[in-house]
Amino acid sequence: MSPEAASGRIARRFSAVRQELRPALVTFFTAGDPDLATSEKILAALPEAGADIIELGMPFSDPMADGPAIQAAGLRALEAGQTLKKTLAMVRRFRERDDDTPIVLMGYYNPIYQYGPEAFVRDAREAGVDGLIVVDLPPEEDEELCLPALRGGLNFIRLATPTTDDKRLPAVLQNTSGFVYYVSITGITGSAAPNTTLVAEAVERIKAHTDLPVAVGFGVRTREQAAAIGRTADGVVVGSALVSAIAASLDDAGKATDMTVAAVTSLVAELAEGVRLSRQMAAE
Amino acid sequence: MAESGLKPNTYRGGPDETGHFGMFGGRFVAETLMPNILELEAAYDAAKEDPEFHAELAALAKHYAGRPSPLYYAERLTEHLRQGAPAGRGAKVYFKRDELNHTGSHKINNCLGQILLALKMGKTRIIAETGAGQHGVAAATVAARFGLPCIIYMGKTDTERQKPNVFRMRLLGAEVKPVTAGAGTLKDAMNEALRDWVTNVEDTYYIIGTAAGPHPYPELVRDFQSVIGREAKEQMKEMEGRLPDALVACLGGGSNAIGLFHPFLDEEEVKIYGVEAGGHGLEVQNGHAASLNGGRPGVLHGNRTYLLQDDDGQILEGHSISAGLDYPGIGPEHAFLKDSGRVTYVSATDREALDAFQLCTRLEGIIPALEPAHALAHVIKLAPEMRRDEIIVMNMCGRGDKDIFAVAEHLGMDI
Repeated sequence: MSPEAASGRIARRFSAVRQELRPALVTFFTAGDPDLATSEKILAALPEAGADIIELGMPFSDPMADGPAIQAAGLRALEAGQTLKKTLAMVRRFRERDDDTPIVLMGYYNPIYQYGPEAFVRDAREAGVDGLIVVDLPPEEDEELCLPALRGGLNFIRLATPTTDDKRLPAVLQNTSGFVYYVSITGITGSAAPNTTLVAEAVERIKAHTDLPVAVGFGVRTREQAAAIGRTADGVVVGSALVSAIAASLDDAGKATDMTVAAVTSLVAELAEGVRLSRQMAAE
Repeated sequence: MAESGLKPNTYRGGPDETGHFGMFGGRFVAETLMPNILELEAAYDAAKEDPEFHAELAALAKHYAGRPSPLYYAERLTEHLRQGAPAGRGAKVYFKRDELNHTGSHKINNCLGQILLALKMGKTRIIAETGAGQHGVAAATVAARFGLPCIIYMGKTDTERQKPNVFRMRLLGAEVKPVTAGAGTLKDAMNEALRDWVTNVEDTYYIIGTAAGPHPYPELVRDFQSVIGREAKEQMKEMEGRLPDALVACLGGGSNAIGLFHPFLDEEEVKIYGVEAGGHGLEVQNGHAASLNGGRPGVLHGNRTYLLQDDDGQILEGHSISAGLDYPGIGPEHAFLKDSGRVTYVSATDREALDAFQLCTRLEGIIPALEPAHALAHVIKLAPEMRRDEIIVMNMCGRGDKDIFAVAEHLGMDI
């Protein structure tokens, strides 16, 4: 079993929701989208709206695994001047008011590589980051960031996919910590809705290999889907739907409006209902 | 190696078993693709040892693509450059005529090798990215030849400046999907092809067009292109009885260059020059596509290599008059060869390439593509500095028919 993050926030949060007999709601949005001030307001409002764990996207110019919604969010953030340093500063300010909600940074390797992996791990830990998801770092490249992150007290959360068979799964899980993120479809973020029966089978298969919680994402958009996926998963990840809600709230010039923060929080509240319904459905 | 001051005993040993050329290369891809990447590696390792695979590829290269391509002494160009050179100077210039291949460029060498791999792996759908359209045409050609459906991702900007190639791909039965993300050029097309591959990983084979991307692509593309250098070596021995003194090739991702260079890397007396796209000039921020001369190491599209990027690690678009060269990265083996000092990487501007394009057309009756026109621009600088008894081999990696509209526009002509 891999070491737990020094902060322990992710493990505490999963155990807390388990006691409530429900899965965790994991929400993704892009740091700096549509601008730094608005995205800080969104971040601050998420826990009360019902987010159990927050995935904060680190924008990248070339997001190869993302669909149109998250691509566009990243571009909006970059055009508004977002950088990795500013993303870490956002987390630092969030931690002044919230010491419990886990924050996982998600993105691609190059901005971290330019920052310097060791320096990044140190600064992220100091800012109050709990874990990292880096899409283009498979286990074959663990020396780059995964191992430094684990040594530095951060969780390194790996993606498992429908193409990760039983033979490969142990390699994927070996240095994974915090939770396992099961990508429910072969495809990019925001694609078609996952098949809940297949997802349930996959979650069982992964759980046979690890004691870590398994969160499921890619293609979950509604309360009903969150409820259905949450019947078997320990966490339900929603990303593109929230990012699309941000996009829909913007004015013609692509700027934030009075509706932007509420667009996210109201959808998160609905999804939070969904994850609370899931085990009731399972019991019926 | 470079740090310790010791030379490696071979420059041709890469990649290692994890796909690295020194610190460059690797497999930086999403987990969904990893099983496929490993499957491709196993398939290629088996093919390398399979005489039937080599025989089949050699037969296609000969009877379908038209190999070997000639090695041609560019006599009038040589004389022209001697006239402007100091006494006793002006090297002999040879062209390796890969523009005479079927489909008009070196790209067919790689596509034939990869389509055979795709068939061995039982894949039933082909995807590819393209910049200038040369690789797209070659990929669409082999897909037609072997009866597989083919999707070509091409930046929207490129579809507009390379209309003839878009039409050729469609005639060949490929579906050309214009990519509007980013600046709509080669890197955006590659992102979109990777997204397609992640989505259709079971049945799809991705024919990457250059010696870049995750391992094993840089290795296998290099191997399929190395026929250029092997032939050039043989032909030079036949025609001049010795090795050339210098090699020159242009670089976008660097597949034609590594194909020419690789068989010569351990011949230390042969000087090797790679020519990047200098665009408006290296001093112009985001105005060129010279990753090695104007970038720094980073990770993109599955490999660590030199990249054009800002301080935050965001990738820049780059610029070149040539749609085949404006890629912000470079194959990882070139990054290794730069740092090891074996290959000298220089650049040529849009203007210099246009001048070379016209000079070659008038003096040799060969219309070069804008990509090798960059290599030629460096030959024009290099030959007058070398002795008359020295020899340069330049890779004429593509023909310029596709570029006549763009060139006319730059020259202010209406056709």
